[in-house]
Amino acid sequence: MGNLAHESTAGRVAAAATSSFSEHLAQSRPDLLPYGRTLPTGSLPPLPHATTIVALSFAGGVLMAGDRRATMGTMIASRHIEKVFPADQYSVLGIAGTAGIAIDITRLFQVELEHYEKIEGTLLSLDGKANRLGAMIRANLPMALQGLAVIPLFAGFDTGRSIGRLFSYDVTGGRYEELEHHSVGSGSVFARGALKKLWKPNLGESDAVRVAVESLYDASDDDSATGGPDIVRRLWPIVYTVTRAGARKVSERELGATVEIVVATRTAQAREA
Amino acid sequence: MTQQFYVSPEQMMKDRADFARKGIARGRSVVVISCADGIALVAENPSPSLHKIGEIYDKIAFAAVGKYNEFESLRQAGVRYADVRGYSYDREDVTARGLASVYAQSLGAVFTAEQKPFEVELAVAEVGRSQELDHLYRLTFDGSIADAYGFVAMGGQADAVQDAVATGWNAVAGFADSIRLAVDALASARTPDAAQGPGAGNLEVAVLDRESETNLGVRRAFRRLRQQDVADILEGKAVR
Repeated sequence: MGNLAHESTAGRVAAAATSSFSEHLAQSRPDLLPYGRTLPTGSLPPLPHATTIVALSFAGGVLMAGDRRATMGTMIASRHIEKVFPADQYSVLGIAGTAGIAIDITRLFQVELEHYEKIEGTLLSLDGKANRLGAMIRANLPMALQGLAVIPLFAGFDTGRSIGRLFSYDVTGGRYEELEHHSVGSGSVFARGALKKLWKPNLGESDAVRVAVESLYDASDDDSATGGPDIVRRLWPIVYTVTRAGARKVSERELGATVEIVVATRTAQAREA
Repeated sequence: MTQQFYVSPEQMMKDRADFARKGIARGRSVVVISCADGIALVAENPSPSLHKIGEIYDKIAFAAVGKYNEFESLRQAGVRYADVRGYSYDREDVTARGLASVYAQSLGAVFTAEQKPFEVELAVAEVGRSQELDHLYRLTFDGSIADAYGFVAMGGQADAVQDAVATGWNAVAGFADSIRLAVDALASARTPDAAQGPGAGNLEVAVLDRESETNLGVRRAFRRLRQQDVADILEGKAVR
């Protein structure tokens, strides 16, 4: 009898000993999770939607960039929204879809990675991180079916293999490794076209920033939900690079210079597209 | 049929306290010391992976002595508490005071209600923008909580180590001087036959860097020092 009680105590301790923050929340505070809610029937009012994200590999790492626009139906909800975030020291993620849920999933994912690192004393592998993000997107599937979909793009530096890698997702949490480049969001079709023509193997870091800015420019040219560089307000895309040295936000000054070159070149060409 | 003997509450608490005290005194000491650069945490620990010092949150660290399984479960509970709080409110709303009071309540509850008290002693440290804003809390096995000023020594020959740190403590010292002071204090409390102090291989050293945001651009102030860095500091070379 005593032995049985002991076993169940040990079992309880083992069951509670999770290194995953989202599992811990699901056990103890499920109300704090951004997903996992059943919505009553009814129609949703227009909600802010995050739009285009592009990511590409370059010599020594990966880069991710997002425009600054959020739309709500036909209205512009925000000109300043940031849709690319550092996930931890060696990875970044970008989000497209319902902004409110996407930003909370990002926050949850950031805490998830840091929590694992603090509990275990070591970083999660890049594949492990990509799988965790997939699990969160899958958990959001019931909400996606109600029209509140979130589609992330994940990029990081694989310290074991010494390469930058890219992962895309679908609403069911399916995880696909992408080669060379990828884009998600409403303007992704146009950004993809630009990337196909502009991306080359072994781009330098500053050339990669230029390619990202060009592709977002092309997306904003044809997609009303993607914002182009705003010269009046001096708003540039948010760009992160991830290399062996870690994730770095490309500075406003660097982006301003790149945007000015892109705009000047296109103006000088004086062509329709 | 066993007979239940009457034991007075005073006697029961005293027995439990003596039991916990004996367990804690058997281990090796830990020193937490506040200085100009931030807070240094130094433990004598031969294991490179079973840590006595850990990161809790952006500006908060944890140090413990006693039974590993007991303080490790408290450390993990602390990380969970801090992460849930930071996620549901905001990162700045996680404070050492809140964490220390949760620890005090859990230790107190275990001391009175469980079969045996936890044989641990904890320190919770929070680095502030300036030294006056640093917080150091010391928690004992019965849930008592004390606000320490400047430094804390726990475990093993705690009183001897505490005295040794007190004589040499200097608020304006940097990390290197403070770590050397802590290591000397740990060495002074050893028995004379083991006259040699702990070497870099036997030490676990971490810092909470006051200037991590301006110098390294990271919010998380906690940094574990590599064995080589510790050896360099002990030899008198400056390391950052």
